[in-house]
Amino acid sequence: MTVRLPLAPARALELSIDGRTVSVPEGASLLDACRQLGIDVPTLCHAPNLTPVNVCRVCVVEVEGARTLVPSCSRRAEAGMVVKTDSERVRLARRLVMELLASSVDLSTAPEASSFVERFGARPDRFGPPAPAAERGERERRQPGHHAAPRPGAAETVAQPVKLDNPLFVRDLGKCMLCYKCVEACGADAQNTFAIAVAGRGFDARISTELDVPLPDSACVFCGNCIGVCPTGALMFQSEHQLRAAGQWDEAQQSQTDTVCSYCGVGCVITLHAQGGRIVKATSPHDSEVTGGHLCIKGRFGWGFVRSRD
Amino acid sequence: MDLRALESLPSDVERVAIDAVLGPEPAVPSASWSSAQGRRHLLLPALHAAQARVGFVSPGALGYICQRLEVAPAEGFGVASFYALFALGVRPPVALHVCDDIACKAAGVDHLIDGLTREVSASAEHAWHRSPCLGLCEQAPAALYTRAGDPPVERGLGRLTLERAIAALRTGPIAVEPAPALPQRGESGLRLLVRVGHVDPSSLDDYRAHGGYRALRRALEIGPAGVLRELADSGLLGRGGALFPTGRKWEAVARATTRPRYVVCNADESEPGTFKDRVLMEQDPYALVEAMTIAGVTVGAERGFIYLRAEYPLAAERLTHAVAQARLRGLLGDDVLGRGARFEIEIRRGAGAYVCGEETALLASIEGHRGEPRSKPPFPVEVGLFGKPTVINNVETLCNVPFIVEHGASAYRSVGTAGSPGTRLFCVSGRVEQPGVYELAMGVTLGELIARAGGVIGGGAPAAVLLGGAAGSFVGKASLDLRLSFEDTKRQGVTLGSGVVLVLDDSVPLEPILARIAAFFRDESCGQCVPCRVGTVRQEELITRLAKRQPAGSLAGELGLLRELGQVMRDASICGLGQTASSAIESAVERLGAFREGEP
Ligand SMILES: Cc1cc2nc3c(=O)[nH]c(=O)nc-3n(C[C@H](O)[C@H](O)[C@H](O)COP(=O)(O)O)c2cc1C
Ligand code: SF4
Ligand code: SF4
Ligand code: SF4
Ligand code: FES
Ligand code: FES
Repeated sequence: MTVRLPLAPARALELSIDGRTVSVPEGASLLDACRQLGIDVPTLCHAPNLTPVNVCRVCVVEVEGARTLVPSCSRRAEAGMVVKTDSERVRLARRLVMELLASSVDLSTAPEASSFVERFGARPDRFGPPAPAAERGERERRQPGHHAAPRPGAAETVAQPVKLDNPLFVRDLGKCMLCYKCVEACGADAQNTFAIAVAGRGFDARISTELDVPLPDSACVFCGNCIGVCPTGALMFQSEHQLRAAGQWDEAQQSQTDTVCSYCGVGCVITLHAQGGRIVKATSPHDSEVTGGHLCIKGRFGWGFVRSRD
Repeated sequence: MDLRALESLPSDVERVAIDAVLGPEPAVPSASWSSAQGRRHLLLPALHAAQARVGFVSPGALGYICQRLEVAPAEGFGVASFYALFALGVRPPVALHVCDDIACKAAGVDHLIDGLTREVSASAEHAWHRSPCLGLCEQAPAALYTRAGDPPVERGLGRLTLERAIAALRTGPIAVEPAPALPQRGESGLRLLVRVGHVDPSSLDDYRAHGGYRALRRALEIGPAGVLRELADSGLLGRGGALFPTGRKWEAVARATTRPRYVVCNADESEPGTFKDRVLMEQDPYALVEAMTIAGVTVGAERGFIYLRAEYPLAAERLTHAVAQARLRGLLGDDVLGRGARFEIEIRRGAGAYVCGEETALLASIEGHRGEPRSKPPFPVEVGLFGKPTVINNVETLCNVPFIVEHGASAYRSVGTAGSPGTRLFCVSGRVEQPGVYELAMGVTLGELIARAGGVIGGGAPAAVLLGGAAGSFVGKASLDLRLSFEDTKRQGVTLGSGVVLVLDDSVPLEPILARIAAFFRDESCGQCVPCRVGTVRQEELITRLAKRQPAGSLAGELGLLRELGQVMRDASICGLGQTASSAIESAVERLGAFREGEP
């Protein structure tokens, strides 16, 4: 885990956003500056507890003098910058980014992304009806750089069968928007296990273990931190996956209880989500001092035993 | 920590080949795994060794390499599966990569490919694949032949015919080298090509006899400040495409407060239609070695890397030889020219990824990561190779430096235009009588350049010219008066890019060329950012619909969607690949009326 040292007081700098002047500490991102003004900038791949990868591009803003739009999540604020967060260019980019995502990825369990589709008036069907899903193993077999000709009249998607290779969680990569969060959480940002990485290239890029081996054959220690950060439901607890498959998942009926994990002495905060008297998943608040949102296999999945002990 | 490696083991021959790169296995293996290990930069060289030995990277070889380099297997797989030339499943030892890219298409390669499809069936001995541009466009149609083994064989094949392709697959390529097209040999006034075709590329003595290493001597005499002054005054602009003033780049690194610093030569040359750097490296390799040494002693770097695209085996061989000779003769090493400066050059080979020509992707690739570009700032002059200040320049850019240092900035500026001093290498290919690399003063008109290349085959007129490669733009015959300088092209909204001038006439249908360009960007996108990863797919789908005259809805609606896609890829993509992925296509729609034929 990274140790957070108290920061030396940073110098302040001033910039203009949507015609308003704002003062932020040196090192702040444009996103920080926008939020300070209460401007709601959409983000998908950004998370406060992970290193910015700036890949989704939904957070782009216009900076005067810059040739292209810039990602607000990772671009540092500079003194004198003149920023627009709601220009024609920005609106077009956000709408189209959501159209591209929604036309290629199943966002049905991604509430935030789905809300952006609505909010920006994105029409993913402009690209045509979705092409048939890939067969099991098909996407994994594609060789980078070797061309797969487009299927006539259809929009290619990442739809593919769900990977069910372990009792604890499923990988439904047809829902994966490739935000890299799980890779970061499994790697240097939290877990230091490096069980998963991005493999392949371009549209065939995907989250994968080495040679696509099943998770139990990989280095995975089933901490579930990747599930904790996944914004799309591509990585999902078996319990949730099964309830959803049975049409019984109902967040309105769920209660959340914060507790401190009792397995060891670290004192991780765990939020237990229960539905109908059954615990259905466990998370940890990402602003928790102790966990930063990350847990281990016991905290994440150990509640399975709570029920069996009852 | 409970970690597993891949269970299979490498074969003995794989192990020997990998150990030849990584050194013998230490007696006490280290137990720590992390992504930030010191030897990770050897990942690509080790993967190349395994692939060159048996024709593919087996699970055992991958596992062994990851274990030796202390790279997590998932990450090692992520890297290996990024590159087109690494095969992670069993492949036959012999492979023929047949270019079906733009210049080869203009030369009719599609017929050849139809023939291969018909006559060559899959076998355990050999396989053929389609390939993007191989940088042999003046010899189109072209292919790259590889045979795994000890030693492996790799060779570029030019002017390919179906018979020769089949013969190469079955019995190996014929022994002759592809004849270099050196149309300007013997001309006066050449700077970059002055020795090309005259000098023996394997002989350091011959290089010196032709004036080589005078510039390095002069650089040591006038010192870093003197070199930086000449370079700034020369107005040299980068030839890799971005047109950044080279002097400013070197100055920033020379002034950096941290060490070590690095010099990196971008020899990835993968822009479709580009082959100038190949000609320089194959024909005059010592010039690049000397230029990099000048860069090293000027900016205070002790190590330089040449990142060479894997498809250039002859350049690799000649550069490797040149570096070794220079080291042997004290022109590289701990005491360059006996003047106390230290400089070493290492050659690193790409593995089939256009995006690795983007400078931050290139640096990531050398470091053993996936070739994914990152946002700038920070620029490589501040945060470059291994996080250190780095000068990264194109081959042609660097090869301009010895002339500037030896003859001075004002001599350099005596040709060219005010805004674009000096000469430029143009890669002329397609339907011209004498395709090849032409060195001409900046400001020459497009029509003059085409005339220099013998004009259009059969004396016809050009129907379309692609300037700057797949990332560039098309112009029509109305632009033959266009002066090829940075300022004139910029005014016209086009780019010289990497110097590509691909000439098409009426015998080459334009739309399949546009479809190939759309496919190229789709195949070469690294996949990181949404606008490019999905946008290039949608663009290709759209182009396919338009080419088939099956628009979804109205043609105007489809062209509007194409424009929106283009604008968002340009505006919101991380790197130049996505930012230029629609450029050539949009220019063909706007200037040449592509996809409108047959419409009212
Ligand atoms: C997708 C992409 C591919 C590129 N490929 C090359 C290349 O093959 N060779 C090259 O010199 N520059 C290439 N560049 C440009 C480099 O990023 C960089 O600008 C150049 O190496 C700087 O050198 P220069 O200043 O000498 O031109 C490429 C850029 C992009 C965006
Ligand atoms: S469960 Fe933990 S170890 Fe396994 S892939 Fe997810 S983050 Fe990595
Ligand atoms: S699986 Fe989830 S966290 Fe991982 S890249 Fe995909 S969407 Fe992001
Ligand atoms: S623009 Fe394309 S190639 Fe560049 S980073 Fe984005 S996905 Fe990768
Ligand atoms: S949130 Fe900024 S690029 Fe994804
Ligand atoms: S070698 Fe075929 S297009 Fe360049």
